[in-house]
Amino acid sequence: MAEVLKVPTMAEYMVEGKQPEVLFWVGCAGSFDDRAKKITKAFVKILSKANVEFAVLGTEESCTGDPAKRSGNEFLFQMQAVTNIEVLNAYEVKKIVTACPHCFNTIKNEYPGLGGNYEVVHHTQFLKDLLEEGRLRVEGGKFKGKRITFHDPCYLGRANNEYEAPRDLLRKLEVELIEMRKCKSQGLCCGAGGGQMFKEPEKGNKDVNVLRTEQALETNPELIAAGCPFCNTMMTDGVKSKEKEAEIEVKDVAEMIAEAEDL
Amino acid sequence: MQIISQIAFLAAFIVAISFFIRNVRRLYRNIKLGKAIDRTDRPKERLSNMIRVALGQSKMVKRPVAGILHILVYVGFIIINIEMLEIVIDGIFGTHRVFSFLGGTYNFLIGAFEILALLVIVSIITFWIRRNVVKIKRFWSSEMKGWPKNDANYILYFEVALMTCFLLMNAADYQLQLNGAEHYASQEGIIGGFPVSQFLLPLIDGLGNSALIVIERTTWWLHIIGILIFLNYLYYSKHLHILLAFPNTYYAKLTPKGELTNLEAVTNEVKLMMDPNADPFASPEAGAADEEPEKFGASDVTDLNWVQLLNAYTCTECGRCTSECPANQTGKKLSPRKIMMDTRDRLEEVGEQLNKKQPIAEGKQLLDDYITREELWACTTCSACVEACPIGIDPLSIIIEMRRYLVMEESAAPNELNVSMSNIENNGAPWPYNQMDRLNWAKEN
Ligand code: SF4
Ligand code: SF4
Repeated sequence: MAEVLKVPTMAEYMVEGKQPEVLFWVGCAGSFDDRAKKITKAFVKILSKANVEFAVLGTEESCTGDPAKRSGNEFLFQMQAVTNIEVLNAYEVKKIVTACPHCFNTIKNEYPGLGGNYEVVHHTQFLKDLLEEGRLRVEGGKFKGKRITFHDPCYLGRANNEYEAPRDLLRKLEVELIEMRKCKSQGLCCGAGGGQMFKEPEKGNKDVNVLRTEQALETNPELIAAGCPFCNTMMTDGVKSKEKEAEIEVKDVAEMIAEAEDL
Repeated sequence: MQIISQIAFLAAFIVAISFFIRNVRRLYRNIKLGKAIDRTDRPKERLSNMIRVALGQSKMVKRPVAGILHILVYVGFIIINIEMLEIVIDGIFGTHRVFSFLGGTYNFLIGAFEILALLVIVSIITFWIRRNVVKIKRFWSSEMKGWPKNDANYILYFEVALMTCFLLMNAADYQLQLNGAEHYASQEGIIGGFPVSQFLLPLIDGLGNSALIVIERTTWWLHIIGILIFLNYLYYSKHLHILLAFPNTYYAKLTPKGELTNLEAVTNEVKLMMDPNADPFASPEAGAADEEPEKFGASDVTDLNWVQLLNAYTCTECGRCTSECPANQTGKKLSPRKIMMDTRDRLEEVGEQLNKKQPIAEGKQLLDDYITREELWACTTCSACVEACPIGIDPLSIIIEMRRYLVMEESAAPNELNVSMSNIENNGAPWPYNQMDRLNWAKEN
């Protein structure tokens, strides 16, 4: 897999005087976290395969401010938001797709009040649309018939009421989808939200990601599917803490699609 | 004799209603201590929310056992209180079953009330067992010690007593009618339907009319006084929700659960900072100087908005929020129910000072004296509590408001969080990576 990914930037589009179909908002995790970068790349491969004209902001992208806002630092959040909105508006961005539910929620819900109005979709929603429009074809492939459970990201599910897009994709992969006892609107958090990703947990008797992993393991899965880079990290750590990493993988739905298509 | 009882009734009624009005006014005054927030948008959606969630109890049945039993008690309670109207009229005018001119319908209604009363008793006994024998976990957390625990049980005893009085009253009344007693019996035969209380007749078997009248009058009095006391007990109890659930669901948040408010005061300052034309040393606009600088976030109840305070008074202490909270489930101190209970307790404390015409005393506040920092920092902002609440309460918004105070007024975030926030500030990511390296992933294999 030595081929280099083609990842055009908005600046490059601008030079050519063109507008891409969609801006791919990569996010901090997707840009810097080793595990999450794999998701980013998998998603880019699918976009290329489906001939989607996309662009990224590259070095002009900055944290949406979500962790700051949820930690109570409204100042920092709004500074980040206003800076990002300036860049996005300068490029006249209309549609944004992101593989991070936190970026998704923030840009979709909290940017409009500060002057940033865009159509924002989560990558699972975007992929679902590609499938429905016939621009992307997915068939079972290597995940066909596998026992898989899906962990709902809070900021996609409860926060924004999207439970079906990722599940539709999994169904397309013809997996045996097994729901956890706590799923969809009642799904348990992975433990990363609200700034928790960046601090030690308060004193308790267990880590949240371990509890969530236990719930996932109850379904006896071969793979845990996720739709958020932070959930992915938390669930991966949870599986490791149960010493199950040899048997059970944690994968983003986009990675699964890319793999099924041998991308 | 008759006239004395009518006067006594009227007096009790007026006292009870006056107290009730006093409580409602206090409640209104306390809620108005909160900051302004506009929740008058989308009135149709709000109305339908109220009808679905408060009246239709759509979220209660997410937990089917408790949900269905609760609907029984709720419906029973409301419907049986229609009968209250007749009881009040009979009390004031010394009539006997004044609505009996409805004939067959009346008999059916009274019969239906009796069956409901029985179902209410059965439900309440089940509730009591769930609480005190099965000891369902969410009823035994640390914030449920003392008053909250007793309050819950008192209400159950109260309701059983009220229903029992109602049934006993009917039984005595029925027997008196059978006996052809004056004032009770009617030419048209038996009035009212007694599908349940007829089985209580053996209990009062062989009693003379005067004894029966004593029973009938006593239970009548106990029933009506009980309800008047109940009405005034509400203000001090989690049972306030039977009234406040309606406004609370009407004014509940309609925007996506993930959407937090953008603080307007911050927006103004950020705009100034980002505006290259703004002169940071410009003298403030006329009149601005004597305005107090805006406080960011909340350290006390008066910093919260009135919907959050209404939320606090509405909380039923059911603990559905806490039982879904990831932090609570993993043994952390945070309990969203406790956040709501603390807010109410503190608001009541402030209200007490106002009742005594004292200024709100300094030195005590919601933060630290009620809600600890450890609780606030344990929240993952997952909104499971908001989703779980059967009456549209939003504990998360209070947690965020208090975190805002901690960070923006006291710079008191946990250290690791401060580190990632300064990373965001300096290099646009919560980790110490250079913004210029943001696209490096595209070149790596
Ligand atoms: S939002 Fe916070 S308080 Fe509410 S359930 Fe989640 S972690 Fe608990
Ligand atoms: S906030 Fe809602 S769910 Fe939580 S205890 Fe109060 S009423 Fe129950």
